[in-house]
Amino acid sequence: MAAADKQPVTGAGPFNDLLTWIDQRYPLMSTWKAHLTEYYAPKNFNFWYYFGSLAMLVLVIQIVTGIWLTMHYKPDATQAFASVEYIMREVSFGWLMRYLHSTGASAFFICVYLHMFRGMLYGSYRKPRELLWIMGMLIFLCLMAEAFFGYLLPWGQMSYWGAQVIVNLFAAIPLIGPDLSLWIRGDYVVSDATLNRFFAFHVIAVPLVLCGLVGAHLLALHEVGSNNPDGIEIKKKKDPRTGIPLDGIPFHPYYTVKDIFGVAVFLAVFSIIVFFAPEMDGYFLEANNFIPADSLKTPEHIAPVWYFTPYYSILRAVTDTFMWVLSAGVVVMAVLIVASVGNGLIRIATCVIALALLVGFFTFDAKFWGVVMMGVSTMIFFLLPWLDQAPAKSIRYRGPIYKLALTVFVVAFGVLGYLGTQTVTETRTLLAQVGTALYFAFFFLMPWYSRIDKCAPEPERVTK
Amino acid sequence: MNKIPALCLSAALFALGLAPAPAFEGEMKLGRAPIDVRDTHSLQSGARAFINYCLNCHAAGLMRYNRMRDLGLTDDQIKDNLLFTAEKVGQLMDIAMTREDARQWFGTVPPDLSVIARSRGADWLYTYLLSFYRDPASANGWNNLVFNRVAMPHALWQLQGDSVLDVREFKSKEEAEAAQNQSRAFALVEEAAPQAGAKEAPRFLLKTTRIDRPGSMTQIQYDETVRDLVNYLVWMSEPNQVFRKQLGIVVVFFCAILIFITWFLYKEFWKDVH
Repeated sequence: MAAADKQPVTGAGPFNDLLTWIDQRYPLMSTWKAHLTEYYAPKNFNFWYYFGSLAMLVLVIQIVTGIWLTMHYKPDATQAFASVEYIMREVSFGWLMRYLHSTGASAFFICVYLHMFRGMLYGSYRKPRELLWIMGMLIFLCLMAEAFFGYLLPWGQMSYWGAQVIVNLFAAIPLIGPDLSLWIRGDYVVSDATLNRFFAFHVIAVPLVLCGLVGAHLLALHEVGSNNPDGIEIKKKKDPRTGIPLDGIPFHPYYTVKDIFGVAVFLAVFSIIVFFAPEMDGYFLEANNFIPADSLKTPEHIAPVWYFTPYYSILRAVTDTFMWVLSAGVVVMAVLIVASVGNGLIRIATCVIALALLVGFFTFDAKFWGVVMMGVSTMIFFLLPWLDQAPAKSIRYRGPIYKLALTVFVVAFGVLGYLGTQTVTETRTLLAQVGTALYFAFFFLMPWYSRIDKCAPEPERVTK
Repeated sequence: MNKIPALCLSAALFALGLAPAPAFEGEMKLGRAPIDVRDTHSLQSGARAFINYCLNCHAAGLMRYNRMRDLGLTDDQIKDNLLFTAEKVGQLMDIAMTREDARQWFGTVPPDLSVIARSRGADWLYTYLLSFYRDPASANGWNNLVFNRVAMPHALWQLQGDSVLDVREFKSKEEAEAAQNQSRAFALVEEAAPQAGAKEAPRFLLKTTRIDRPGSMTQIQYDETVRDLVNYLVWMSEPNQVFRKQLGIVVVFFCAILIFITWFLYKEFWKDVH
């Protein structure tokens, strides 16, 4: 619309003239309307719908506290540890910035995990929201990278040896592995060079990508519209006069005011942790990380922070004996695909890939396959929109099989997470292997069990 | 070269989870340190003990002397009573010993104690300082129940006196543990190493310490000194911790009001959503 055609802004009292002036030069009112006052969201959002906005709040907390931490932090192997303690002791309210940032890291993962779980409960990844889900998954991967790079910066024993273990994982890749891990570290061990590059990734490279992806995630959401606990499209039932969905309400003021309430509750819980238990009994800040990094002393027990432990458990669960379980899994998958797909080309491709995998399983080291499985365990979420073949989207109308499968998955995820914080014993490894098998079965068998599940009919309009 | 197949075999066994379980190793039940970081009297006494006995080999290089103003001390009091190796109260608690000397004299560099309470925990430090004993077999004549073959000699021995190891034998682990629970001093249960050629049932040892020759303090006075010292170490590991919790009460109270207001705001707006 040309500037001259635009109506003057009304309803802003003394700011009408200023806003009109801006609006004639910038799409102010149209953006405001498209994303807030005339973005119609389903009216039946429940508890689970708080965590998207909360994740964004935590992102802001992390950026703001991160800026202040950067003002005093020294990315230098000889000074990093002391500079963090300098922030804790001598910088005015530096301790608060640091605890907000360290607690924020865990809070970010809590919000994002619950946000993802919401998507799995109500089928929010299903058509037409596949790209929205993929962008969300990219945000999740960025967040993991961000957390990993950031964890090295305090330069404590856990920072150092955690980074050492993770970078060494790349060394398990056949042929290029050792050189690749050398290239990532920039040295033969984790050192000042590693710290400097991780600092660069943590404070600028990854956050830029993260913020861009969050913007894209929101744009994608506002293009397709929000899903809801009933998993039905509110755009199908519109008021014939206004064209507004009958079950939709303007995001602003209804959801802004509701999310502000969520923010207040979140801040209360967050503050209780920050002010009274910032270490969270070693889960948010590990005791070993208060010992300066020492390349000559390997800690007896290296465990990542809690949000990485499920994947770490999967990595450790892949032992030589577990390769037989993986082989059985590949055979079962191949048989299932060949039996249910008519296309001859796909059948042949499936057999070739399965054979290649079987040969690979016993050619390369189990450690390499552990790394692969760990990678697959985080990437597999990308495929959810296509793995899920159920007629209903929301758990409210899905059959007992999916309800059981999702419960098993959540329990497996939790158990793997717990085991990842513990030292390895025979029983724990066995338990982690069962957990790993269930974790992957949830995803890989989904095309079959979601199809045969007995779903209830979805309602026409949203329910309470 | 014969070692390689053996190593491979043991690695394979280990991967299969068939490696022999390590022999039962004693683990010390840590005592609960009766500390209170708001007790400035105890902290002042702990600071004195720390500066007199610890801050010669150990540094606290992240801590400034004048931070002890938070313990109710003035700059002059700090200068007159606690400043031995530094000139200004604004200086860090560094020591004169170099790392090279430390390595030569002790075999290892004594760790900086600024944040030791955050990595070790108060209970560990408390039990450790109460568990030294004379050990003629060790290089410096001392050993510790919590930290076997520790390089640190018993720096407070003149206060505590000559603490010696007291070992009692038991037939079963349960009996030993029952005695451990009844023991007033910190005690450790260990499986005795089997003697060469002897075909006897495993024996369990209850190791504890007792004072052979008293030092300048009574047992109670020494316990209190250690308590104060650990209290100080905990405080020093995060001097802001008391203020943090005080501020936390205000912030959480504010959040509670915010929850209350935003709840009514939300309900008011949502009245017309049906």
